Amino acid sequence: MLTMNLEGLEMIAVLVVVVLFVKVLEQFGLLESGYDDSVEDELELSAVRHRPEGLEQLEAQTRFSRKELQILYRGFKNECPSGVVNEDTFKDIYSQFFPQGDASTYAHFLFNAFDTDHNGSVSFEDFVMGLSILLRGTVQEKLNWAFNLYDINKDGYITKEEMLDIMKAIYDMMGKCTYPVLKEETPRQHVEVFFQKMDKNKDGVVTIDEFIDCCQNDENIMRSMHLFENVL
Amino acid sequence: MAAGVAAWLPFARAAAIGWMPVANLPMPVAPAEKNKRQDELIVLNVSGRRFQTWRNTLDRYPDTLLGSSEKEFFYNEETKEYFFDRDPDVFRSVLNFYRTGKLHYPRYECISSYDEELAFFGIVPEIIGDCCYEEYKDRKRENAERLMDDQEDNKDAKLPNMTFRETMWRAFENPHTSTMALVFYYVTGFFIAVSVITNVVETVPCGSAPNQKEVPCGERYTVAFFCMDTACVMIFTVEYLMRLFAAPSRYRFMRSVMSIIDVVAILPYYIGLVMTDNEDVSGAFVTLRVFRVFRIFKFSRHSQGLRILGYTLKSCASELGFLLFSLTMAIIIFATVMFYAEKGSSSSKFTSIPASFWYTIVTMTTLGYGDMVPKTIAGKIFGSICSLSGVLVIALPVPVIVSNFSRIYHQNQRADKRRAQKKARLARIRISKTGSSSAFLHSKRNGLFNEALELTGSTEDEKRLSKSTSLLESQHHHLLHCLEKTTVSAHTLELALCHNNILNHEFVDEQYYQQSYLEGGLQNYPSRSPSLSSQDGVTGTCCTRRTKKHHTPLPNASAPAHMQPLTHTHTHPQGLQELSTIHIQPLSTSRSSLNMRVDEPAPLNCQSSQITTAIISIPTPPVTTPEGDAHLPAGPTHQNVVKVSAL
Repeated sequence: MLTMNLEGLEMIAVLVVVVLFVKVLEQFGLLESGYDDSVEDELELSAVRHRPEGLEQLEAQTRFSRKELQILYRGFKNECPSGVVNEDTFKDIYSQFFPQGDASTYAHFLFNAFDTDHNGSVSFEDFVMGLSILLRGTVQEKLNWAFNLYDINKDGYITKEEMLDIMKAIYDMMGKCTYPVLKEETPRQHVEVFFQKMDKNKDGVVTIDEFIDCCQNDENIMRSMHLFENVL
Repeated sequence: MAAGVAAWLPFARAAAIGWMPVANLPMPVAPAEKNKRQDELIVLNVSGRRFQTWRNTLDRYPDTLLGSSEKEFFYNEETKEYFFDRDPDVFRSVLNFYRTGKLHYPRYECISSYDEELAFFGIVPEIIGDCCYEEYKDRKRENAERLMDDQEDNKDAKLPNMTFRETMWRAFENPHTSTMALVFYYVTGFFIAVSVITNVVETVPCGSAPNQKEVPCGERYTVAFFCMDTACVMIFTVEYLMRLFAAPSRYRFMRSVMSIIDVVAILPYYIGLVMTDNEDVSGAFVTLRVFRVFRIFKFSRHSQGLRILGYTLKSCASELGFLLFSLTMAIIIFATVMFYAEKGSSSSKFTSIPASFWYTIVTMTTLGYGDMVPKTIAGKIFGSICSLSGVLVIALPVPVIVSNFSRIYHQNQRADKRRAQKKARLARIRISKTGSSSAFLHSKRNGLFNEALELTGSTEDEKRLSKSTSLLESQHHHLLHCLEKTTVSAHTLELALCHNNILNHEFVDEQYYQQSYLEGGLQNYPSRSPSLSSQDGVTGTCCTRRTKKHHTPLPNASAPAHMQPLTHTHTHPQGLQELSTIHIQPLSTSRSSLNMRVDEPAPLNCQSSQITTAIISIPTPPVTTPEGDAHLPAGPTHQNVVKVSAL
């Protein structure tokens, strides 16, 4: 048994020596290794540098004036020098406006609403198009945009689950310190109220036409659509 | 909210439309933007360098100078820009803060100037970005330490009312304060050395009688060594007691390291005295004598290097701890491995794991005594790995300790250098300061000179003289002059009523003032009385005040005791130059000579009345040599008194 022990230890010793030898060879570059470094390099190179279309084109496509586009682009580029916003940056920026709650879920939905071509990043064009609708669009367009926001899977119907998600996200932004204290079922109740109002044919989903019809009949909503018209 | 994000506020507001259909309640009214301006460029002119930025950029931080309406104070109507008379280099960082939302600290910038600029522009330094914050904090700490060092040095100045206890403590802590302290310092140092050498020599084998074996010197000359030991311990005890007495906080003193070393150094002796020659206890007694070696640590009061070493070790406690821990780990691992590797070989010295510890330590520290060597192949392989890793493990924390020591040592050296240079610096600063105060007296003289000249009607000299003082200076001097005129000395109010002349206080040179006021007391206000002057023909109507010590007999003792005019009849040749001597023979026979005798310093206090003569002599003015001559003494030969007598 003692000899076995010794042999075992000797084997380990020999193994150790072999490993050291291999390391030394690597050091001299005779053995190539380290294959996980190159992948990172590639990613770095492919960091996106996006340039928007010309000013004239954007002027034509959106309802902003030249000066307004300039101001918007300056602000955009200041915060995102690479020219595109990815979702994390978007969440970061949006969360700074709501410090007391957690705005990341809602920011996620918002990001998807802005990212019209669904490529995972919001370029300046997407940004400006979205803003053009929201600030300068007709009520129809705005309502359309809102519907698009609520319809998470973009299938043309808002289901209760989707609405619940949105509602929870909105309530999350409020945070914990509210008065009166938010209860667990408040979002759910809010969704019920919403569906009662919107869902005319009671089929459990809200279509775009139901939505627009209902909103156009609601005075509060109509008035609030014009609330942000003089922003920018 | 960060700066750049402010630009996204319109977006956030627009996106709020997403909430509208869901909301149950009506929304509040949006704030109207009153006189919404188009975003415009504003020009910030900082000491000539023009910076331009959008107005909105600056508005991002409304609680700073540039972001609030405070900048309107700096608006220049003619050039339509904001002018700041500040450092343009630091302003770059400040403006970049507005642009990017991050404040950076440039490394080449002096910390205090940077702090001042930040304070001026209303920016809190805590928002410095993470990239630069450490550097900023380090520099700030260094600066604060330096300031504290300087302050501590100032505390060394001798306070006038120190009790005996306090003087003793100061003498103990800083041997350079007095000769006695220095003597004490050297005596104790000597005795520490003697004591240590005694302890060492005690154990050396001296020559022995032929039939006996070698005995150490301690046993051969017992009495002598005992006497030496007693003497040293006496001295140490006395020193310890004196320190204990003088310490401001006895409790804290007793807890300090040095006092513990002192106690440990002298305790063995006393315990030895107390203990009898009991056989059991004598073994312990021998052990106690080991503690006598701690006397060598008393040298740390005498050597700054030793103190620095101790301080370094203390501050590197974590690195040392890490070294110790990693070494222990490695020792245990390798000892185990070696033990099992060598278990099979016959007559192996590696009898147990603790026995292998010795081999591991000796190998890891590359000592390699060779009293235990592995014989099996596995043992040899692992032994070599052990020695290689030993080198690594020990070499890693050592540079940290070394760099710490180097930093502390250099800091100390710098502090010492600064202290040495301090005296010279302070002297030079003081000279340049006296330059400015004597400028006042200088110009007063000039002013009256002008008045005197007016009498004689020569205008060219007047113009020449008036050009030499700037407008600021002349305004300042006028102000001081007004102050002089305002203060009416209490003593002379009486006189004024009788003699219709009001005397007022005058500014004098600082040293002059110090000499006279600190050594003497306010004495007398001579005032002119015609009777006196007529008696001598040469009267000083300048007021001088005599000190108690230097009391020259006056020719006229009829004056009241507190009014004793001084007669100066000659110009003191040393150090005074007669630049312009104008004796305008006055209408009266009195003449004022305004020389001060060096050995009779006395402050000016009054003014004479009827004299129209001007200044006679001007001492070597430090004004013209603001840098201070090397030999410009601080002593009394450097009188800068200019007395003016005028109507």
